[in-house]
Amino acid sequence: MLKNITLGQYYPVDSPVHRLDPRVKILLAIAMIVAVFLVKTLAGYALILLFVFLVSKLAKVPFKLLVKGLKPLRFILILTFLLNLFFTNPADSDALVSWSFIRISTAGLHQAIFFSLRLIFLVLATSLLTLTTSPIQLSDGMELLLSPLKVIHFPAHELAMMMSIALRFIPTLLEETDKIMKAQMARGADFESGNLIKRAKAMVPLLVPLFVSAFRRAGDLAMAMEARCYHGGKGRTRLRVLKLTVDDALAGMAVAALIMLIIAERTLFPGGIVIGRFSL
Amino acid sequence: MRKAMSIELRHLSHVYAPGTAFSSVALNDISLTVHDGDFLALVGHTGCGKSTLVQHLNGLLKPTDGQVLVDGEDLNGDKVDRRKLRMRIGLVFQYPEYQLFEETVAKDIAFGPKNMGLSAEEIDSRVRWAMEKVHLNYDKLAEKSPFELSGGQMRRVAIAGVLAMQPDYLILDEPTAGLDPHGRDRILGIVKDLHEGGTTVVMVSHSMDDVAQLATRVAVLSHGTLKAEGTPREIFRQREMMAEVGLGVPAASSLCAALRARGVDLPDDLYTREELKDHLLRLWKEVSGC
Ligand SMILES: Nc1ncnc2c1ncn2[C@@H]1O[C@H](COP(=O)(O)OP(=O)(O)O)[C@@H](O)[C@H]1O
Ligand SMILES: [Mg+2]
Repeated sequence: MLKNITLGQYYPVDSPVHRLDPRVKILLAIAMIVAVFLVKTLAGYALILLFVFLVSKLAKVPFKLLVKGLKPLRFILILTFLLNLFFTNPADSDALVSWSFIRISTAGLHQAIFFSLRLIFLVLATSLLTLTTSPIQLSDGMELLLSPLKVIHFPAHELAMMMSIALRFIPTLLEETDKIMKAQMARGADFESGNLIKRAKAMVPLLVPLFVSAFRRAGDLAMAMEARCYHGGKGRTRLRVLKLTVDDALAGMAVAALIMLIIAERTLFPGGIVIGRFSL
Repeated sequence: MRKAMSIELRHLSHVYAPGTAFSSVALNDISLTVHDGDFLALVGHTGCGKSTLVQHLNGLLKPTDGQVLVDGEDLNGDKVDRRKLRMRIGLVFQYPEYQLFEETVAKDIAFGPKNMGLSAEEIDSRVRWAMEKVHLNYDKLAEKSPFELSGGQMRRVAIAGVLAMQPDYLILDEPTAGLDPHGRDRILGIVKDLHEGGTTVVMVSHSMDDVAQLATRVAVLSHGTLKAEGTPREIFRQREMMAEVGLGVPAASSLCAALRARGVDLPDDLYTREELKDHLLRLWKEVSGC
């Protein structure tokens, strides 16, 4: 049912990638995203794919799991592809297909492929981060990276705390959803058939108990935190103090090398490696 | 003529999240039959797979291996209308009060019957019937919000919601968890009445005393396997086995064993308070000679 969401799901194994400093991993994930936007050619994307594949091997995360994380996005991907395919039609680009009012240009196909690839790699890069970094580490890293902004009263601690709580409760909420769904199905509820209105109505027996329990949980948690003297981030020390290691430096160099390769490829073959009408 | 009714588990296994890092075997090769008229108690330590097992009985979970046969027919077969079957096999989840959602108690109880497609009059009469069964006053409570009730009352509303479908089988997953002794006795009384009225009952329980009072059969689960199965008398005389799987025996069994160890002449398989009392009174009369 709801068990196939990998985006934002930690994959708990021990690996060099898992052990990296979360701050470094967050920065490197951002660097990867920049790299994805720097790429102008298919060869460049092949390079990134190879990199992602190698990192997933090193992280002991099945590549299949990474790819599975794309599944919830398949409609957005298809939509992106089709919109770009049909609606990118510069006059100076020759038509591949021309049939009544439909015209697919080379530029359109090019753009469709590249936009889709960009989306895919964005998701792959962030999935690599979230699969190898536990939510706690992730929000720790975020907080530390954002803490310089505290000078301008940016609520870095509060934001990180909210994020870690939200992440912490995603599995709980999914479990709860599953349970309530089953309980209502035991009373003959039907979540799977009927038209749109009927289906929306069928969600009421699911959503009401879910909200009720989410609010109850939020209340309990707030109480439990205050009972243990939580009063915001001021003066709070850390249990796990983060330290940079050699591995962190190596990881940084690997991503830097990737970006340099991409830039080199871009400058050496500005038009891509041309094969026929297409450039790779 | 009525068909012989039963739910039969054949070599049932269940693995959660198979093929991933989180995969865990919850049930392993379980064969067990719930016969018409049974009161089957399902006991075992926390996490041994009781809840997983009961969710197979009405097809909410699909076996990874093995079969579930309802009246001889495979529950997970292609042509089986599982939604219909679920209305015959009522399942009350653990903490069922968390599934209440309607504005009023009556509307919430009517959810099941409504899904069955019954007429308005029939639904109304079933709501009244179910509320009476669980000792909730219709005139006082029917129009109240379920969220205004006490925990024990909410639990009974949730049970009424399943009863209103008038299922042939009633399955309850730890129905007394988290209730005070009074609320617990109330729920157990309700379940007892229903069983005596002809409903086949499967109940998950942690209290061996409750099991001793109510069950006609006991199945003991341990780490996803069926450790033992039989009448309460057969099960509760095996005190070592029960201790081994992390369970106790009813207080009467323990007392009986302790007395036997001191040389009191009692049978080794007493397990209810009443029969222990009768035996002790008889011994007392013999000794005191009156
Ligand atoms: N939805 C689930 N996903 C993964 N594992 C589960 C799930 N539900 C239960 N389990 C696991 O299966 C085992 C049996 O659980 P359960 O049937 O709830 O036990 P019980 O009801 O006897 O306490 C436990 O080890 C539990 O962690
Ligand atoms: Mg349970």
